[in-house]
Amino acid sequence: MSHSVLVVDDEPNIVMSLEFLMEQAGFEVRVAADGEAALKAMEDKLPDLVLLDVMMPKRDGYDLCQMIRAKPEWKKVRIIMLTAKGREVEREKGMALGADDYVTKPFSTRELVERVKTFLEDRES
Amino acid sequence: MLSGWVVLPVACAYLCLLFAIAYYGDKRAEEGRSLIANPYIYTLSIAVYCTSWTFYGSVGRAAQAGVAFLPIYLGPTLTFVLWWFVLAKIIRISKVNRITSIADFISSRYGKSTMISGLVTVIAVVGIMPYISLQLKAVSTSFNLLLHYPNLEASPRIFEVPFPADTAFLVTTALAIFTILFGTRQIDAAEHHEGMVAAIAFESIVKLVAFLAVGLFVTFGLYGGFADLFAVAGARPEIARLFSIQDGGYSQWVTLTLLSMAAIICLPRQFQVTVVENVDETHLHKAVWLFPLYLLAINIFVLPIALAGLMQFPGGSVDADTFVLTLPLAAEQDGLALFVFIGGLSAATGMVIVATIALSTMVCNDLVMPTLLRLPGLRLSEERDLTGLLLAIRRGSIILILAMSYIYYRYIGESYALVTIGLVSFAAAAQFAPAIIGGIFWKGGTRTGALIGLSLGFALWAYTLFLPSMARSGWLSLAFVEQGPFGIELLHPYRLFGLEGLDQVTHALFWSLFGNIGGYIIGSLFSQESALERIQAAIFVDVFRHSESQRGSGLWRGTATFADVYDVVVRFLGKQPADRAFARYAAERNLNLDRLEEADSRLLHFTERLLAGAIGAASARVMLASVVKGEMIRIDEVMKILDETSQVIEYSHRLEQKSSELEHAYSDLRAANQRLTELDRLKDDFISTVSHELRTPLTSIRSFSEILFDNPSLDLAQRGAFLNVIIKESERLTRLINQILDLAKMEAGRMEWKMADLDPGPAIEEALAATHGLFRERGVALEVDLPARLPAVHADQDRLVQVLVNLLSNAVKFCDPEDGRVTVETRPQAADLLIVVGDNGVGLSREEQRRAFEKFQALREDLAHNLQGTGLGLPICRQIVEHFGGRIWVESKPGQGARFAFTLPYPEAARAALGTAAK
Repeated sequence: MSHSVLVVDDEPNIVMSLEFLMEQAGFEVRVAADGEAALKAMEDKLPDLVLLDVMMPKRDGYDLCQMIRAKPEWKKVRIIMLTAKGREVEREKGMALGADDYVTKPFSTRELVERVKTFLEDRES
Repeated sequence: MLSGWVVLPVACAYLCLLFAIAYYGDKRAEEGRSLIANPYIYTLSIAVYCTSWTFYGSVGRAAQAGVAFLPIYLGPTLTFVLWWFVLAKIIRISKVNRITSIADFISSRYGKSTMISGLVTVIAVVGIMPYISLQLKAVSTSFNLLLHYPNLEASPRIFEVPFPADTAFLVTTALAIFTILFGTRQIDAAEHHEGMVAAIAFESIVKLVAFLAVGLFVTFGLYGGFADLFAVAGARPEIARLFSIQDGGYSQWVTLTLLSMAAIICLPRQFQVTVVENVDETHLHKAVWLFPLYLLAINIFVLPIALAGLMQFPGGSVDADTFVLTLPLAAEQDGLALFVFIGGLSAATGMVIVATIALSTMVCNDLVMPTLLRLPGLRLSEERDLTGLLLAIRRGSIILILAMSYIYYRYIGESYALVTIGLVSFAAAAQFAPAIIGGIFWKGGTRTGALIGLSLGFALWAYTLFLPSMARSGWLSLAFVEQGPFGIELLHPYRLFGLEGLDQVTHALFWSLFGNIGGYIIGSLFSQESALERIQAAIFVDVFRHSESQRGSGLWRGTATFADVYDVVVRFLGKQPADRAFARYAAERNLNLDRLEEADSRLLHFTERLLAGAIGAASARVMLASVVKGEMIRIDEVMKILDETSQVIEYSHRLEQKSSELEHAYSDLRAANQRLTELDRLKDDFISTVSHELRTPLTSIRSFSEILFDNPSLDLAQRGAFLNVIIKESERLTRLINQILDLAKMEAGRMEWKMADLDPGPAIEEALAATHGLFRERGVALEVDLPARLPAVHADQDRLVQVLVNLLSNAVKFCDPEDGRVTVETRPQAADLLIVVGDNGVGLSREEQRRAFEKFQALREDLAHNLQGTGLGLPICRQIVEHFGGRIWVESKPGQGARFAFTLPYPEAARAALGTAAK
């Protein structure tokens, strides 16, 4: 059974590229354009990993990350934060809130795919 | 009859002897073996009280009014016996504060006021002048008598003698030289004249012995003792009446007793010998009974001599003032007569020397120096050596005082008896009594009170005694004395305000002291005293409490270098005395003078007292203040800032104000700092936001580029879609960069504007044309209300188009997605043209309206990204419109669309605004 990835970002073009990359890597992909939609999607079906943008309308990435980590039954979900905010504090904040990794935009597509694979394979073993 | 060739050399020899004694006394003092350091010399020096008034005048008074001569001696006796504690207190105060004269004493008490010291000096000089003239008169009369007796007619009338040959003039000149030699050989820090005191004491012996000799000769030579003399005199009724006090004499007794009680304290020369020249306070204990004894001794034979004179020279053929001399002359006792003359000379010279020295010290220290030191043109306070100047001033004032006294004698004194002249002076001196007595017992006495009291007393004294004496002598209209000024009876100088039935002196004393005491008390009660006055008052009144522990006021707040202080002292005292004084100071405190750099407040206080000894308290303070840092240069400035109670309060008010101002400034600073931090944070946020906005399109561009690179086998449709994303995002990136640069340029003021007066119509049309495609693409309806003629506005055509395009594209983005409608309205107003772009979208919340024109805040929600907003469009619009001098804002209610409005000023209004801005 293939792993599932939830892509959460408000930039349609970025979502489009991530969707392509994850599908190409063989994962089952769903997308959400904001925090609320992402929560709904997670409640429907828990993904193995979330690619989470920080700057989003309605509920931002930090908020969402905190909510995911607050639910014990969602503990297994891996979170990789994606952000165009490059400051070190923001990275620390993300990690402190329970993200498993933090990737700064623009990112190398190969590297990102590698990381996602690593996390999901770890989980498998 | 004695030859002038005998009298003159004897008189000269006597004066030389006095000088020798004085010289010896000074020498002993320098060697540290004081000649005068015993209570007997001290008592004898106080006996300078007995002048030629006593020596000649008492007999004259007794011959006229019997025992009425006595109150003048009763007063001092009462003061010494009953009021010795007053003297003791004055002496202690003066020692502690290094008082040099009565003017110094009074001014020190009232806040070291130079005004008071000056006033006291003036009163003293004017008041004592008649007294000195009395001595001149006595000496010259007795001299003439000695030469011409019994041919009294041959004695020349005063106005017939040519000026230089006038005996009194010669006497005056001789006394002036003598006094200068005596009193101003050097400047002493404590104003001690030991040699002079020794000479005065010697003179007191001579005059007492001479008077006793006459008395003994008359009582036991001419008659058979007291009993015989009084029996013979008692047999004559016109003489016997003198044995008892006559009608109306009681009030005069009381008056004269009180007057002389005050005089023994307040006469400048008595103050000099009793207080200033005192070397040991314990000497007073003996003087309190020795001095009254001296007075008793010199008065025993007054009545017998007077009675004998009246019997020997019946019918007033001889002036009773001269009985002391004429009785021995008539009995052809030339030797005795010569001795009596010398006794009289002693009495006169003693008084003149001490009084003149005391007065010249006051004139110098309390009148001239304070004035000179304050004259900025002279720059005296910077002179190196002032001892020469001090001596010159003192010598000059001695000559001046004697010259004035001579003039008074020559033109006024002749018409009065000795005693009357003396009483005028006594009454003047008595004016000091309220300020002194009040000053040492009542802390409430103030400078203002003392000034008012002294001024009133002096004025009333002058009006009731001094002016009438001028009138009597023909220098004022006699009508002044007979009818009062301008015939106003109420202002009659002898019956002021209708007060009748008193003799002149009693009347004058009543009014002058009434005004004086009244003015002093009322003035004191109704005036504010300065801090310095309060401190001085406490020092004076509580002298016995203060002087043991802490000497003086210690009011010096600042510090000075020791070198500066030393220089000042050297200037006034000379080098050696200064060195000695400081060495003593250092020794007492185990200080090393060589290593002393700072003069602390104790040393300053010591220096102040040292200087006060030489130049008086008021001058000392001014001088020292000039070198003390932190202390104001002028004493009145010190007062202003430090001392006035009200000003101290005001000062603390000012401090409070200052501190609240400081607090204010601090909070302003804090606010400014907060604003800066905030600005810094905003800038940081801005950069962070800009970086975010730039990274976002870059992310898509990079991702799709990599995808395309890694997947060469993608189908054409997908490839096309991905390339399209790259192109759009690149355009977005370019637009964003341009807008950021535009905005930065505008904010920094580096944007190039092509401002002109233009018709807005074409600009609006250009903007509509530019967005035409967008409208059509979205199917949005456009309503434009554009009149054929619009008023010209002041703007930059291209930028105006930019604003309109921006607003129009926004309107397209946010209008209703189904049935989009956008309106453009133009409305000419009074000073500007209003342009409104409206849509029928969801509108903006209040919060969104508020932030609509902030950078990157604009309307990001939902549709924004699809529509390629950058978040910088509206901020740029605002920059442009505001640069035109207009205003931009948004009106909206959620759900009812939004109306973005802006104004464009007409050319005139724009220029006017520019004009005001330029101003």
